[in-house]
Amino acid sequence: MSEPILSVKDMKVYFDVRDENASGIFSKTKKLKAVDGVSFDLMPGETLGIVGESGCGKSTLARSIIRLVKATSGEAFWMGRDLLKLSDADMLAVRKDIQMIFQDPLASLNPRMTCGEIIAEPLKTHFKGMGKAERREKVRAMLEKVGMDPAQINRYPHEFSGGQCQRIGIARALITNPKLIICDEPVSALDVSVQAQVVNLLMKLQDELGISLLFIAHDLSVVKHISNRVMVLYFGNVVEIGTSQQIIRDPQHEYTKKLIASVPIPDPKKEMERRDIRRAKRAAASA
Amino acid sequence: MSILDVKNLSVRFETPDGVVNAVNDVSFKLGEGKTLAIVGESGSGKSQSAFGIMGLLPKNGHAAGSVKYLGNEILNLPETEMNKYRANEIAMIFQDPMTSLNPYMRISKQLNEVLIHHKGMSQSDAMKESIRMLDSVQIPDAANRVRMYPHEFSGGMRQRVMIAMALLCRPKLLIADEPTTALDVTVQAEIMDLLIDLQEDFGMAIILITHDMGIVAGSCEDTLVMFGGNVMEYRPTIDLFETPRHPYTRGLLEAVPRLDRDVDVLSTVSYDFLVGGKT
Repeated sequence: MSEPILSVKDMKVYFDVRDENASGIFSKTKKLKAVDGVSFDLMPGETLGIVGESGCGKSTLARSIIRLVKATSGEAFWMGRDLLKLSDADMLAVRKDIQMIFQDPLASLNPRMTCGEIIAEPLKTHFKGMGKAERREKVRAMLEKVGMDPAQINRYPHEFSGGQCQRIGIARALITNPKLIICDEPVSALDVSVQAQVVNLLMKLQDELGISLLFIAHDLSVVKHISNRVMVLYFGNVVEIGTSQQIIRDPQHEYTKKLIASVPIPDPKKEMERRDIRRAKRAAASA
Repeated sequence: MSILDVKNLSVRFETPDGVVNAVNDVSFKLGEGKTLAIVGESGSGKSQSAFGIMGLLPKNGHAAGSVKYLGNEILNLPETEMNKYRANEIAMIFQDPMTSLNPYMRISKQLNEVLIHHKGMSQSDAMKESIRMLDSVQIPDAANRVRMYPHEFSGGMRQRVMIAMALLCRPKLLIADEPTTALDVTVQAEIMDLLIDLQEDFGMAIILITHDMGIVAGSCEDTLVMFGGNVMEYRPTIDLFETPRHPYTRGLLEAVPRLDRDVDVLSTVSYDFLVGGKT
């Protein structure tokens, strides 16, 4: 067994929030435990899916690893070095290897830059010596790789559809040859037909390039399809982690069971049966 | 008699760039107490069909064709006439409950207003009925919660409030436009189950507008699939899922990853059925 590429240990992210219940003239704060002691390993070339309901801390966890939010405590070992203790300069160097893709494809692209400039941006930051012509060549090659026409290099984000914008986001993430891509709900804003294309593209590129993926999504069906292992977060805690098959076939935690029972399946007969089961469960719970 | 009989409904918009035909020749019949799903991806015209029926199109939008509610033509009725149907006969709920609720008003006031305006109830009767309705949509401790503001509720609870508000006048038809899209999956299941239970209790018909084939499967007798403003397929849900006839329906069904199935690569929707392919 090889060494994990990323090893997160007891990660905690707490936020200070106003305490609504406190009285008195001085405002009081309490701790919101967004991520409360999460540990996991990620292997080279592996896809780890992170699921959970809104507010469970899945995005905060991912952001804390690359220090987009400040972790309260914990460790994140990236090939042996704790990311949370690196100097800013060292962290910048690591960011070349860890890239991110966001949910809203249009909002995560600068509307005043052409798609070529957007994709070239990480090259300007991380490969300062690279000449203009070489950059352009790389961008064109990358556009082709994500299934777009290199002739569209001078177009602006608003000229593209949602699916194409997400492809641009993927191209921007891949251009530095990263070892890990953190995907934060990359397909949840897309129509199903486009979602299938983007999921297939991500899986194909991962296969070719051997990168690892942290794949955050609330849609368990998508996560199960794309991931080797799935981690279920609930109120900032890992309640379950295992292979996709284990999690789906033999869920241990109550929340996971409820989640699986709630995911709609496009099969009328199965879905009617599942509704009856859910009804019986609720009736039993309220009795 | 059908509760709603839609024939050749078309919706077009006049824009500075020319006329956009958002909906072309949509026809369907909905029986009393039945559920119809209108499914499609963004831009398919599913919401605009509903807005056309309800007379809620913006000024540059025009609906044509025929929409009969219990035998009476209601398409393009004058505003005052249409208002007699709205809420009392046909109610509508939307995707984002927060944009449909007034953030400055207590839930009680927003609910009571509907009853006072449409039913001429007294303040105290309206309050009793509002609390009873919040009970029906399973909001715990309704008698106290009714005095809260929308922001004090979670997303799922807000959607329950919206449903309660829509049902206050006991409409015979509810149009639900992506009612669970903004909600977590577990909450989505609760809300959909609730809608189906309420439909049985209140005996109302539902038009469910959604992009999610999974939700359609569990809740609707008939399904109408739209693409680019046109009806691709309109059949009983069970038949449509078992033997989809239109290549687009088949494509949509196969493109969804499923919990109960393992595939290596997701199939993508083919647009070969369009003359000359998709541009």
